[in-house]
Amino acid sequence: MTASGTFGYGVEFADFVNLEEIGGIIVKGTTLHAREGNDYPRMVETASGMLNCVGLQNKGVDYFCEHIYPEIKDIKTNMIVNVSGSSLEDYAACAARVNELEHIPAIELNISCPNVKQGGMAFGVTTEGAAAVVRAVREVYDKTLIVKLSPNVTSISDIALAVEDAGADAVSLINTLMGMVIDIEKRKPVLSIATGGMSGPAVKPVAVRCVWQVAKAVNIPVVGLGGIMNANDAIEFFLAGASAIEIGTANFIDPAVTVKVAQGIDDWLDRHGCKSVGEIVGQLNA
Amino acid sequence: MKKYVKDLSVKAVEVPHEAYVLLKLTDREPLPECVPGQFVEVKVEGSPQTFLRRPISINYVDREKNELWLLIKKVGEGTHKLAELKVGDTLNLVFPLGNGFSPAGRQGEKVLLVGGGVGVAPLLDYGKYLKEHGAEPVFLLGARSKSDLLEQELFNAIAPVYVTTEDGSEGEKGFVTQHSLLKKETFDRISVCGPKPMMVSVARYAKATGTPCEVSLENMMACGLGACLCCVEKTVKGNVCVCKEGPVFDINDLTWEM
Repeated sequence: MTASGTFGYGVEFADFVNLEEIGGIIVKGTTLHAREGNDYPRMVETASGMLNCVGLQNKGVDYFCEHIYPEIKDIKTNMIVNVSGSSLEDYAACAARVNELEHIPAIELNISCPNVKQGGMAFGVTTEGAAAVVRAVREVYDKTLIVKLSPNVTSISDIALAVEDAGADAVSLINTLMGMVIDIEKRKPVLSIATGGMSGPAVKPVAVRCVWQVAKAVNIPVVGLGGIMNANDAIEFFLAGASAIEIGTANFIDPAVTVKVAQGIDDWLDRHGCKSVGEIVGQLNA
Repeated sequence: MKKYVKDLSVKAVEVPHEAYVLLKLTDREPLPECVPGQFVEVKVEGSPQTFLRRPISINYVDREKNELWLLIKKVGEGTHKLAELKVGDTLNLVFPLGNGFSPAGRQGEKVLLVGGGVGVAPLLDYGKYLKEHGAEPVFLLGARSKSDLLEQELFNAIAPVYVTTEDGSEGEKGFVTQHSLLKKETFDRISVCGPKPMMVSVARYAKATGTPCEVSLENMMACGLGACLCCVEKTVKGNVCVCKEGPVFDINDLTWEM
């Protein structure tokens, strides 16, 4: 699948890949009301990665339903909406609206955005907050509910257990790691809100570790993401316990990377005599 | 306009000045359709600090020779690495990106093309296009010093060129907005590419004289495709992506103080 915020609504990449070869497209974070996002600069590069503080810029769920959904609903892949909010009511109202859309089989609940002042990650860093959002959404949303977890916590397994208990069908991890870059000449942070979410291959070992811990703790499927650039990276996540993966920042480097990774996974499975990814999920040697 | 990700080969490397490099790229197939003012995202190999692609404006497209030119200023590690490319090397491009400059208008339209520093790059292709479409482009190019003036003979071959340098070593001394041409002549419209302070002062001149004006922005970018929403510029329509909605904007759509 493609990670939210890195692949637009899919159509931006249609010149480069056959979208229907991708398992799922998780569209840009969507909130109940339109958001302008944070001021520029919103992005800074770092060694083997980048930081962003976009701040969930989007036109709101009504605009999505009326203007974007009709454009993407017939793409034959799993179009998944990433839902975010700043209050329990907002999350639930946004999810309820998406629940009405026939061709959206799942939502990814973003309780881990580090770039918005209210809500976002605030919910995702405590077991109580995470469970409360999931319960509120579960009441109004009856399709597949994936919950995206933050690595910026003491115990990501505890959060995962809490959202499982509250009714999540799957968890995806990791969202970005909170970071900061300083311009030493100006003696100022580079990003407009000082901090941002770090992504790219630099965060991959953290992500693999989180997936490994969470997969051991919960009984629901784990979707792994964080710095996957190629098929070998993806295989690491499967071995750590992920049963699906998302590709994010790599889309910025190679807009056709998704289908290349999918092909590379198939090739690896062939070389190792495996028929499906399912055979290697969590299959680390002792 | 269809976008591509392609490996182009380096056909020539020219060094107009120690701080710049001109890469002439080609492909076995005819180069894709693109319009002046669009840009490419270049993948930089062998530079661990350069994770993202580098957005570079298209300097010139020579359809007869099937060449696409990139005029690059050596700024950071990525652009220095690009300057090390040799003839025969390949360079991976995602292109063509962005909206480009306005299409040619009526015959004889007088268009002032203002460039500063390496910002002159896309104006070469645009000037040629305007000339071919019956417009009357005029170049006004600014630089720090004579040695920073780039591709002068190529600009001269297309249309009249007026120059300012900050040290007075070529043309009139000062900034582009101080050039006597602006006191003597009027234009139907203006297109600008260069450092932001220069673009702001040209935009002020345009506003004061009631001349339509567009500017080409170069905000920091990641994807180049309108997906990541990192390179946004504040406009009257809210935050929009410079890579997709731009890089060329009508100054009336921007929220600059003018």
